[in-house]
Amino acid sequence: MKNMDIRSKTYGDVLVLSPTGRIDHANSEVFRRALNPLIERCSANGQRLVLDLAGVDYVSSAGLRCFMLAEKQAKSQGGAIVVAAMQPVVNEIFEISRFTLVFETFATVRDALAKVSPAALKAFDAA
Amino acid sequence: MRVRFWGTRGSIPVALTSADIRHKIEQALALAIASGVDSPEKLQNFIEHDLGFSISHTYGGHSSCVELETGRAEYLVCDMGSGARAFGNRIMSRRDGGPPPVINVIMSHVHWDHIMGFPFFAPAYVPGARIRIHGCHDVLEQAFRLQQSAPCFPVDFSRLAADIEFTQLEAGASYDVAGFRVTPKLQRHTGGSYGYRFERDGKTVVYSTDSEHKLEDPAETRGFVEFFRNADLVIFDAMYSLLDAVSMKEDWGHSSNIVGVEMAQMANVKHLCLFHHEPAFDDDRIESVLNETIRLEKLTRTEQPLKITAAYDGMEIEL
Repeated sequence: MKNMDIRSKTYGDVLVLSPTGRIDHANSEVFRRALNPLIERCSANGQRLVLDLAGVDYVSSAGLRCFMLAEKQAKSQGGAIVVAAMQPVVNEIFEISRFTLVFETFATVRDALAKVSPAALKAFDAA
Repeated sequence: MRVRFWGTRGSIPVALTSADIRHKIEQALALAIASGVDSPEKLQNFIEHDLGFSISHTYGGHSSCVELETGRAEYLVCDMGSGARAFGNRIMSRRDGGPPPVINVIMSHVHWDHIMGFPFFAPAYVPGARIRIHGCHDVLEQAFRLQQSAPCFPVDFSRLAADIEFTQLEAGASYDVAGFRVTPKLQRHTGGSYGYRFERDGKTVVYSTDSEHKLEDPAETRGFVEFFRNADLVIFDAMYSLLDAVSMKEDWGHSSNIVGVEMAQMANVKHLCLFHHEPAFDDDRIESVLNETIRLEKLTRTEQPLKITAAYDGMEIEL
């Protein structure tokens, strides 16, 4: 099974996670395992989380399920996840699956930070 | 081979209400006005070509009952949901003084929505009719008898005039039923349900309802992909959105349209038929789900196109 690289970057009190490639049945478990500690760290530090999907070109039901588990984990720890910068195909899959009812989505990471945290937006613009 | 749907709704039968019908009329007339329909000829053309299915028709409300034509003087049907009443009436009307009918029933499981049509299945009351009920549950006969016991129903099962047999099947084994090679497979559902692969004359139909496919366990997924492999038609439980299936309705024993497309694509299926519709969905909603599923298939297509339809009561599919 392939490794999955998830880049992470902190802006103020927000952690931005940026996975790349496809998240499907072949690697969803790897993705889930990679995501878990990042969400734990995020919650422990009192950070909020933005999932930047600009580099993701496909998400299967298994990948969406990972997002749902991550959201539940974040929520149970008092946090929340928002989604940003989806490619058009991924955006349509989110709509068809009704995941847009659970995840707040934004056109860009900047838009997401603007909603989630003014301090994070300031850090993002200064970077 | 022809497949005919007598009942397509999940969990409980539903019926159009007066408000639903009024809504359809309002939609149809508004569209007709906008389309400039002003003659009987234009009206016919408008109904035929311009009015969407969800306005001009209904997906129907009977619970699961699907007939596979056998090409013989006997019948084969999956499940005895409320659609079995109309199916039984059709058998009676076609009898036309001929010998009593022979009907082979294949049961996915014995939850109420899958057996509730049997007390209203006219051939069960015909002396000499033969009804062979096949299934993998050891409580098969008990369930059929129980629903006709007092105080739930006025006619006890023992008073049915037909010759009714129960035949126990085992998952993984293959059987010859009415000229079909029939292979059951255990599915994830409360109390267990069974999908069936039907093969005859080089054509394959898979009936897989009341089945939750989580796709978490690769071995389990591979097993179902092989079960669906190269089928001409898969009748698939697409009751929930994926969101519902992985959140509040997880472990309720049903699947989604998205998982249906993924599995059908993995298995090189030709035609995916969305089935066991959510009873809370009206015709507009089912049509939206169908259109979104067709769109998803286009977005994710890798090899041959996958045909997608949504089952409705009265629908026939010729293979």
